[in-house]
Amino acid sequence: MMKISLTVDGDKVSDDVEPRMLLVHYLREKLGKTGTVVGCDTSNCGACTVHLNGQSVKSCNVLAVQADGGEVTTIEGLAQNGELHPVQAAFHECHALQCGYCTPGMIMQTVDLLNTNPNPTEQEIREGIEGNLCRCTGYHNIVRAVQTAAGQETNA
Amino acid sequence: MTVVEDKPATEIGRDRRRKEDQRLITGRTRWTDNITLQGMLHMAMVRSPYAHAKITSIDTSAAKAALNVVDVLTGADLGESQGVLINAWAITPDQLTPTHLPMPIDRVAFAGEIVAVVIARSAAEARDAAELVDVDYEELPAALELKDAAADRVLAHPDLGSNKSALWVFDSAEAGSGGDVDEAIATARADGIVIEREYRQQRLIPAFMEPRSVVVDPTGEQNTMWSATQVPHIVRYALAATTGVPESKIRVIAPDVGGGFGGKLQVTPEEWLTWAIARRLGRPVKYTETRSESLICAHHGRDQWQKLTLAATKDGTVTGLKVDLLADLGAYVSLVGGGVPVLGAFMFNGIYKFGSYRFSCQTVLTNKAWTDAYRGAGRPEATFGIERMMDELAAELGVDPLEVREKNWITHEEFPFATVAGLEYDSGNYEAATAKAKKNFGYDDLRAEQRRRRESGDPVQLGIGVSTFTEMCGLAPSRVLGSLNYGAGGWEHASVRMLATGKVEIVTGATASGQGHETAFSQIVADRLGVPFEDVEVLHGDTQIAAKGMDTYGSRSLVVGGEALVKALDKVIEKARPVAAHLMEANVDDIEFSAGRFGVRGTDQGLAIQEIAGAVFAAHNLPDGMEPSLDSDATYDPIAFNFPHGTHLCAVEVDTETGQISMRKYTCVDDIGTVVNPMIVEGQVHGGLAQGIAQALFEEAVYDDAGTLVSASFVDYLVPTAADLISFDVDHTTTPSLTNTLGTKGVGEAGTIASTPAVVNAVVDALRPFGVHDVTMPCTPERVWRALQGGQGDDLTTGAAAAHFHPADTADRSEGAGR
Ligand code: FES
Ligand code: FES
Repeated sequence: MMKISLTVDGDKVSDDVEPRMLLVHYLREKLGKTGTVVGCDTSNCGACTVHLNGQSVKSCNVLAVQADGGEVTTIEGLAQNGELHPVQAAFHECHALQCGYCTPGMIMQTVDLLNTNPNPTEQEIREGIEGNLCRCTGYHNIVRAVQTAAGQETNA
Repeated sequence: MTVVEDKPATEIGRDRRRKEDQRLITGRTRWTDNITLQGMLHMAMVRSPYAHAKITSIDTSAAKAALNVVDVLTGADLGESQGVLINAWAITPDQLTPTHLPMPIDRVAFAGEIVAVVIARSAAEARDAAELVDVDYEELPAALELKDAAADRVLAHPDLGSNKSALWVFDSAEAGSGGDVDEAIATARADGIVIEREYRQQRLIPAFMEPRSVVVDPTGEQNTMWSATQVPHIVRYALAATTGVPESKIRVIAPDVGGGFGGKLQVTPEEWLTWAIARRLGRPVKYTETRSESLICAHHGRDQWQKLTLAATKDGTVTGLKVDLLADLGAYVSLVGGGVPVLGAFMFNGIYKFGSYRFSCQTVLTNKAWTDAYRGAGRPEATFGIERMMDELAAELGVDPLEVREKNWITHEEFPFATVAGLEYDSGNYEAATAKAKKNFGYDDLRAEQRRRRESGDPVQLGIGVSTFTEMCGLAPSRVLGSLNYGAGGWEHASVRMLATGKVEIVTGATASGQGHETAFSQIVADRLGVPFEDVEVLHGDTQIAAKGMDTYGSRSLVVGGEALVKALDKVIEKARPVAAHLMEANVDDIEFSAGRFGVRGTDQGLAIQEIAGAVFAAHNLPDGMEPSLDSDATYDPIAFNFPHGTHLCAVEVDTETGQISMRKYTCVDDIGTVVNPMIVEGQVHGGLAQGIAQALFEEAVYDDAGTLVSASFVDYLVPTAADLISFDVDHTTTPSLTNTLGTKGVGEAGTIASTPAVVNAVVDALRPFGVHDVTMPCTPERVWRALQGGQGDDLTTGAAAAHFHPADTADRSEGAGR
């Protein structure tokens, strides 16, 4: 067991964890943050994407101990004071989700993409979310949602 | 049938943003794997590495001794108490159906089958201990390649004596729906055109994003199961029917379900084992599969060889079609898997008026994962077959592929139309959809560009693909299901509760897995009762709340479930009418209902339906003898199928030096009758297109020679990413269905059904000047490149192999087919 202390969605937390515990399991099982989900076992799907120290990471690919001392934001910490994050609002507005299983990861990845490139081209968006699989939307409306969140004009 | 202009009613036809989004975008979701109960245990499976083997011994002692392990159980430990998986569809009375125990006792029939279960305090501990279970196997020869299996060279289940499960035949001459196909072919051979092709529908994996998960709590009054399933009602029925626990003591809940596409239409071995073990231990138990387990063991789809013979006159009028299928069922006949290829029987004639038709399908057992419905279930395979053949006919005639279609399709004046496959198409307008699609696509300009590139010898060639499809939705009239030996009806149930405050709660038996039922059903209620959209609450997916239902598959939710809802809503109005008359001291015959108000004809007197609901709740002043309730329910059995259709056009660029294909443009115009929520419909089409394009270009479940699934992770099973696809150009025309009140036709599968042939037709169109007339799916760069080298396609090129496939005696193994 190793002791870790970190901030998750603004709350300071401290726990004893097994060294092999993945961050995603720490979030889901120890903290009950079930908004972050698991979709694969090969780090291919991006369903588990969260922010660690301001950057998107696949939390199935990070050990909980590696997050020690860091700051984690999950989908559950994205809305502030009851206000949806603009990316969440854009996903709703553009119907960028169906079953919603990929959605938390997709939203977290989009927030990071727009932080680093506030005005991406369609190709940059497609490449920027390439690590996140969605089986329902065909990505069409996700691309539109990213454009909308970036304040770009979209045509249907 | 004429196309009607879309006229938005108050709610129906409106782009309502979805009610279900709020919890999904904020992470407040109820996935099954999120559920944690007091004292809950976790399971992990030990799975067979062999495709076919005798289990000679299982040593569980080391696993039992591991940290925090509660128990380790084998098939022998559970015996018959684990239940038996049910097959709901014996397509013929003599169908060979192997007995399917969730955990076999002495023999495994595919790689991935469960041989032992470890129950521990945490999932990680269960998985660790599963590694310690020591199983001895004696490997048996495995039936793997479909044509070999059909020839009974090696038996998937030696005790059954054959792999041939069922042979199902439809002949238009016998059915009286058309002529004799052999005659049509003989005539065409003498003086016309005969085209023979053989196509492979590769094995696909539904690959929903949420892995399957199941939690069983046997500790309360009831036995409650949460499951990531599309079919909670069917799961409850199966548990009750085979374990002796009455339905009233079983509650099955499908909470938020992360996609299904047919892949969660199953009663799974994992559900059975979790149920049996939780009850045996008397404690809550959870099992969540890994992605690899999901890819290996959740059912697969497609997997057919199709041999097609098309007869036409010299001017391109199709006179007959003969279809011979071999369909791989895998190691067991799954819930409805035996019938899935047969659904295609009704769709191979597509939108065309053939004179004669024969369909035969041999279903075959192999030592692979079982197959069942995958988005479209039988219709994508059929549409692929006919739409590829229409392109081959166009090439033979040297005319534009749209010209051949126009020559053969049912014109809009000819509806209703009785097809050669024995169905009646109620409405449609193929001319209108095609004209709109051509215009939106810029068809003539792209053809001109194609000519320029061909003439200039551009290394990057342009291919244009056409697919004009129809499918049958509204699955299904119960009498039709009965005639096909299906084990249940095709009805759907809805109930409506008017609450005291005037708000409305409705319950539907159609369970959602991302389709937006809560929103679309609210729109229907809002329009029909004249109440605000926000005042409607839609409940579903819990057998305690939605006690009756047939769940969701085959685009039936709106067409069948929506119609049941309309009928229940109409009953509410009829129950409220005498109350309105009584309260306003008017004659019932003078009461009119519109936009949520009961008015007295010829006066300005009126009462809102919410006021009636309040009065009925108080029950102070009701007509004599009236039951103080407006609650109503309805069970609707569809009177007929309905037939969405559409025209899909696709342009691809093919690099003739590398075989690389890139999507250039995709345009579709679908006609799905009345559209309740255009935004949701478009979203469904987008997702469907992605899955159909994926079959054409990316996805394939690949087994190695030992019967191990090689594509058992998202590294090897190529679900397309955003970078693999383009934005789609989606539009629609509307000819309302005449078989239901709303006029809706169903859309969930349209994109998938239509797009696969559109894309492959485009790829072949680009390569035809090089002598290529087929590329086997998925059309990978390597296959395209080989096709270009060999002129005829790669070693799996199906056109060339056609002569070797004799369905009656499938002794010949065509080259390369046994990958
Ligand atoms: S679960 Fe982390 S990438 Fe799939
Ligand atoms: S919305 Fe279902 S996987 Fe993306």
